[in-house]
Amino acid sequence: MPGSLTRLQRYYLLYTGGFILFVAALALLEDHGMPPRWIGYSFLIFTISMYAVIGIMSRTSDVSEFYVAGRRVPAFFNGMATGADWMSAASFIGLAGTLYLSGYQGLAFVLGWTGGFVLVALLLAPYLRRFGEYTIPDFLSARYGGNAIRLVAVGAAILASFVYVVAQIYGVGVITSRFVSLQFEIGVFVGLAGILVCSFLGGMRAVTWTQVAQYLILIVAYITPVAILSWNVTGNPVPQLVYGKVLQEVTHLEERLFHSPAELEVRQLFRERADLYAQKIMQLPDSLNHERDQLSSQINQLKATDAQMKDIVALERQRRELPHDPEQARARWETAMFSAVDRSKPPIHHAEAFPGETEAERDILRINFLALVFCLTVGTAALPHVLVRYYTTPTVRQARESVFWSLLFILLLYITAPAYAVFAKYEVLAHLAEIPITKLPSWVAAWAKVGLVAIEDINGDGILQLAELSLNPDVIVLATPEIAGMPYVVSGLVAAGGLAAALSTADGLLLTITSALSHDVYYRIVRPGASTQFRLVISKSLLLVVAVLAATVAAQKPGTILSMVAWAFSIAGSAFFPALVLGIFWERATRAGALAGMVVGVLLSIYYILRVEFDSIPWLGLSGFRMEPWFHVQSTSSGLFGVIAGFMTIVVVSLITRHDPRSATFLRTIRVQSGAGQR
Amino acid sequence: MTSSDAYWRRARRLTFLLLIFWLLVTFGLTWFARDVNEIVILGFPLGFYIAAQGALVIYLAIIWWYNRCMKKLDAEFGVEEG
Repeated sequence: MPGSLTRLQRYYLLYTGGFILFVAALALLEDHGMPPRWIGYSFLIFTISMYAVIGIMSRTSDVSEFYVAGRRVPAFFNGMATGADWMSAASFIGLAGTLYLSGYQGLAFVLGWTGGFVLVALLLAPYLRRFGEYTIPDFLSARYGGNAIRLVAVGAAILASFVYVVAQIYGVGVITSRFVSLQFEIGVFVGLAGILVCSFLGGMRAVTWTQVAQYLILIVAYITPVAILSWNVTGNPVPQLVYGKVLQEVTHLEERLFHSPAELEVRQLFRERADLYAQKIMQLPDSLNHERDQLSSQINQLKATDAQMKDIVALERQRRELPHDPEQARARWETAMFSAVDRSKPPIHHAEAFPGETEAERDILRINFLALVFCLTVGTAALPHVLVRYYTTPTVRQARESVFWSLLFILLLYITAPAYAVFAKYEVLAHLAEIPITKLPSWVAAWAKVGLVAIEDINGDGILQLAELSLNPDVIVLATPEIAGMPYVVSGLVAAGGLAAALSTADGLLLTITSALSHDVYYRIVRPGASTQFRLVISKSLLLVVAVLAATVAAQKPGTILSMVAWAFSIAGSAFFPALVLGIFWERATRAGALAGMVVGVLLSIYYILRVEFDSIPWLGLSGFRMEPWFHVQSTSSGLFGVIAGFMTIVVVSLITRHDPRSATFLRTIRVQSGAGQR
Repeated sequence: MTSSDAYWRRARRLTFLLLIFWLLVTFGLTWFARDVNEIVILGFPLGFYIAAQGALVIYLAIIWWYNRCMKKLDAEFGVEEG
């Protein structure tokens, strides 16, 4: 019915209106003295119970509903759900911070994470939808035949998705502990509950409709604070349009501040500190003993003269906190040295592309930028939890249209993130630099207390120099409401948005892992005769097990797992992209070729990450295998080599193996719509 | 040549043309970001602007154009969704 709204659209309009009313009511209550803590709780309870209501309303006992939402999701809503599915806690909280810290270089994420959807639209989505089964391993197995490739695909899907889902649950723990002051571990299990209410009863169907709801919250929460900040700074509430002017201002400030004598002095002091640490590391273990002796003699001296007890205790604590052995000393001093080296470097201009002293340095940055864009695009087009969303539309045409909507909804966030970064940088350069430390705005102290902002007055002049300030990337989005002087309710809104981003992505990932195990391994390989009812029981139990497992891992606060997320793109890209694309566009690709290509791609990616990133794996008894990166490419872009090797392997092996005539029949069904050719 | 072959050929040609255009925008323009940055529009250095907004809008336009052509192609070959 043109002109009038569908039932779904009415529901979500009502829901959005309800949410805005809820926020307005809280703002009013805050005005009347409601404490911030209660505002945090209200957001947490309100949003999670909303998701629970949607989750319960969408409960299902139908296999097709559980895996692909009954293929009844209209393009527009599938786009929104994909947006929420795609944008994780890292996009919501981390991206703006990365852009703040690395300026133009950070835009590789913006380009890569959006450009990937062009590949999805042109190369994958319509064909996956026309094939119309349940999972990505399903597709590969139908195209190439056999269960071996299904198992390899399941393994790669789980490898890429599990670290990712752990990072999301970790993100939930961080958000809840910061905004409603729950203990981190409790926050993780609140997150687990939030994820399960969306997916346990209703599978993909429930996940889809909660993701739409979560998208609406996360986009409102992301855009509101920066719009208000933009209004404050420029008088125009559309930050995406006006931040060019602010960027110009930032460049002027940079030119003035970067070379001021005080900045140069501070950087020199940091350089000296780095040299000192380097010397101490070189002279291990003597330097450690020397330091301990020095402290001991100082303590004895103080004890001899009747000095204040306080000073003696302080020195004794210092001695206690010295590294226990040379190993520990090396690790600790290296970290300190690298951080000092970082701060001694001249800062980069925000808008400058590939900044470097020499042409060679610039070329390294350029190569890494392009390599990262490549890995992120290909990874985006190969992450199973995103691709599987295009199984859920009613028709092929709607699948194509829904990629358009997906990108549009994702774009809204990604064109806002650079504006966040520029406004934050303006705030820092204009209102923090060269200000006496005692007179800094109050948000600095508030976030210093949680350890996200650190200030060290190394030259002791009582004035903040840029190099003396270090910001954790997360603080940019989290602190913007305070920077703009907004009431706490806006901070609560941001927390709710971050929560929505983390929960929606976790749901999609969890479902991918579950369906890989229950559908591909159990139903397709172990027991093809299982009844539908029993398959659902298996799916739901596995969902529970995987979710609890992921939450348990997240509760350990694994530091390395967060950096592993970046590798998930490379691994997924090199596992799936070549096999999927050649499978659709090259009839001659064979089973042996695809299998070899997937295995070679993934192994090469992992090999490169291991050898560039680590020097030893103690529990395998390997050590000293660190190598120089190829073409200076960082380990996060290992997929560059994995994907190229994957393509080459598939082509070579396919050409030397006999090709299966059945692939022609399969390709006819997925390339050409039913009906074409019969006329 | 059957008409289903013709349909696939044309879909494939469209895909490859758009893919090449996408490659040029994503990697070609970005390679020269330093030089392009000399130009300033709306206060943005152009290279920065392309990576932060311009390319994204072009991506959207590529998908829109692809959908439009495919819809026409479907109609021309009498393909109705089953």
